[in-house]
Amino acid sequence: MTATATAEGDRPAAALAGIRVCDLSGQLAGAGATRYLAAFGAEVIRVEDPTNKGGWDIIRGATPFVDDRRGVDLGGGFNNHNVGKWGVTLNLRTAEGKEMLAALIRTSDVVTENFAAGVFARMGFSYDVLCELRPDIIYVSNCGFGQTGPKRDYKTWGPIVQACSGLTFNSALAGHEPAGWGYSYMDHMGANYMALAVLAAIVHRNRTGEGQWVDISCTETGATLTGTDILDFGVNQRAPRRAGTVDSNRSAYPAMAPHGIYPAAGEDAWVAVACRDESDWAACRSVISEEWADAENFAHLEGRLAHQDELDRHLAGWTRGRDRFEVARLLLAAGVPAAAVAMPEDRIDHDQVTADWGLWPTVHHTLMGDVRVEGLPVHLSRTDWVVDRGAPCLGEHNAQIFGGRLGLTPDELADLAERGVL
Amino acid sequence: MTGAPNPAEADVTSPESLPGPLHGLEVVELASEHAAWAGKLLADLGADVTLVEPPGGHATRSIGPFVDDEPGPERSLWWWHHHTSKNGVVLDLDTPAGVELLHRLVQRCDIVLEGEQPGSLAARGIDRDAIMAAAPALIWVSVSPFGQQGPRAQDPATDLTLMAGGGPVWNCGYDDHTLPPVRGLGGQAANVAGVHAATATLVAVVHRDSSGLGQHIDVNMHAGLNVTTELGSYEWLVARHTVQRQTGRHASVSPTGPTQLKAADGGYVTLGFPPRSARDYQALLDWLGELDLAEAFPDHVLLEMAVERGGVSIVELGQDPIVDEIWNAGRAAMAFIAAHVDARACFDGFQQRGVVCGIVNAPEEVMSDPHFVARGFPVPVEHADLGRTVTYPGAPIRFSRSPWRIGSRAPHVGEHQGEVLGPLDSAQTAQRGAPPGVSPDPPG
Repeated sequence: MTATATAEGDRPAAALAGIRVCDLSGQLAGAGATRYLAAFGAEVIRVEDPTNKGGWDIIRGATPFVDDRRGVDLGGGFNNHNVGKWGVTLNLRTAEGKEMLAALIRTSDVVTENFAAGVFARMGFSYDVLCELRPDIIYVSNCGFGQTGPKRDYKTWGPIVQACSGLTFNSALAGHEPAGWGYSYMDHMGANYMALAVLAAIVHRNRTGEGQWVDISCTETGATLTGTDILDFGVNQRAPRRAGTVDSNRSAYPAMAPHGIYPAAGEDAWVAVACRDESDWAACRSVISEEWADAENFAHLEGRLAHQDELDRHLAGWTRGRDRFEVARLLLAAGVPAAAVAMPEDRIDHDQVTADWGLWPTVHHTLMGDVRVEGLPVHLSRTDWVVDRGAPCLGEHNAQIFGGRLGLTPDELADLAERGVL
Repeated sequence: MTGAPNPAEADVTSPESLPGPLHGLEVVELASEHAAWAGKLLADLGADVTLVEPPGGHATRSIGPFVDDEPGPERSLWWWHHHTSKNGVVLDLDTPAGVELLHRLVQRCDIVLEGEQPGSLAARGIDRDAIMAAAPALIWVSVSPFGQQGPRAQDPATDLTLMAGGGPVWNCGYDDHTLPPVRGLGGQAANVAGVHAATATLVAVVHRDSSGLGQHIDVNMHAGLNVTTELGSYEWLVARHTVQRQTGRHASVSPTGPTQLKAADGGYVTLGFPPRSARDYQALLDWLGELDLAEAFPDHVLLEMAVERGGVSIVELGQDPIVDEIWNAGRAAMAFIAAHVDARACFDGFQQRGVVCGIVNAPEEVMSDPHFVARGFPVPVEHADLGRTVTYPGAPIRFSRSPWRIGSRAPHVGEHQGEVLGPLDSAQTAQRGAPPGVSPDPPG
């Protein structure tokens, strides 16, 4: 099944058709949320600042690029995060720019932003003002520490959120400093939770007629993702841990051994192996078929946990000379969970599951041409997502949106552009 | 400045008493490891979630850690965390009577949520297509490691192997590549799939509200992780570049400078983008002065030059050697300060001076941070059976009119047997353990 349709007639019904989103958000933590809504048919209008060429969103002109061209309309990440949206510019330092934003909001169901706390209110668009413009407006704000509390003005980006929430600490090898996350995990998850927030608020509005304000602190969102640890240290009154004590490739809960990431043949090649129970270990032993695996110390889980360093050394000795995919194939065939540590090329270009899923659709971008982007990890049998249109260039749809929604004439738009409002 | 009002105070009525945004939606969740997080998201947002377990309780009740470190089906903290706000019933889906009751339960609900191995329900006589044909408004959500169809649908998987095969692990680890790459804890494969499952469910609810039609949702954990690694994916998609892992910072195509620093007390802080405005450099000079470290910091004069020239801009880097020196001195000054103060003082000190910095908290430290306490993030949940009030991590998202809340602790085995199943067939099911399909106790 592929979710990429070329002709209108092939498109699945759009579940969110008619939902209008006035989107001031950006980067990934915000843009990833409205991308999700656009993929299901919401009309998302991204509003950007012409005075700095949309530069508030630092991803706009950032790597990767499809060729040697550079510029605010050519960032590959921006294209990925903003597929299916419409792009307009408004100078919100001008009275006319503010009036035009107000006019967009009056005809929108949802307003989204992920500025630093309080910034949108200081621009003149507090929740109270939004309610005056549209009484049932749904307003979702997303920032690192939320809109209230003593640290509301602290500045963050993904890695800071991950560090403060406990996620970074929980990714490490024993005896080493935290390894953390090699990407802004909480930008992805913040965006996913922001999409959830918008949809839950729409469900509520459709039943009650009420809009509301949803305040997201990405750091709090992140902390819920380590919740079992939080309960453990609270309920069992354990002293907080120090860095260097976490060994996150192992599994204390549920207790498993062997459980780790082992070297394979080749440079920087690795394979993950997890034996869930005695039956997995028996199957693993039969695949390995070496004498050490039958040692009494390793016969039961308690022994394997007590001698896990030794167990891991032996297993690494077996995996080290073998191809990572071959190790995974042998173990999977025996019913044991295993996976080669996938490099980007492996999982994007040589993975039957992601290919069959249609996970890497191609979109058309006005300047970049055809570019592959990320799809969604869900398929809906009636109203599936569609990702086929690239991100908007800066102000690309000013004429279409301001002409259509606000009824401005080409002459009026030219005049607004001339005076720096667009 | 007029501060933003607290969304929790934006309403005149007491928001705590108002129903959540999903109030009125009825969900039947088959207990599983993979779909539990999605069920919690829906339940804490106000949906009425009935959690169905086999006799004796679901196997995930054996996942530790446990309260007081004593194992037991009602003592798993994994279970506690993942099943708040749900009602629990026992159905033996290996018996015709249990399957029949599930059919009746499902026909009355809005959403079915399951994380079963693909095909395993059909093998027990639970035919999803037939059930959905008979109940066209039903939304059925399936969460599985590799999707419902395809060559890998039956492959065994754990969080570790999914994270390794789905992309995250390649990006995480250390500058030293003789060390293995790292899988982060927390069950993130299920967390990623869980939020996607919950969000897609609400897309289907919105569609059903207008069309009257439900649908099936296939949630693929492997695919979820594949679209959660930022540059790791799109550097390859766009430019066929491969990112390489680095200690405590983004994996990158070209190496970048360290950002994670050890503070004086052995804790760690992480730095944001280096300082570049005159104000930033003045803040560093001021703090060095307050700490009486101005003379000890060797590149003091470069910071002063930065202030005099009004800061530096990124485009000047590589063009003007002095700009490169100033840029590096800014980073060096932050590292120098970090080495002389405790991690928490470093974090607060930089942030209060407008310079981006984070602290590497252990998860358990978040709950005592005054900021999160002030926001009411730690929430008390009654465990009357143990005579305890337990503090849980609170709202991941805060609604001003229809608040997120933990309605109750996770259910005991068969705790709501009578009240949930009773209305289906009061004569047969009101009493615990009456017919063979509904006994809350293990067989034999």
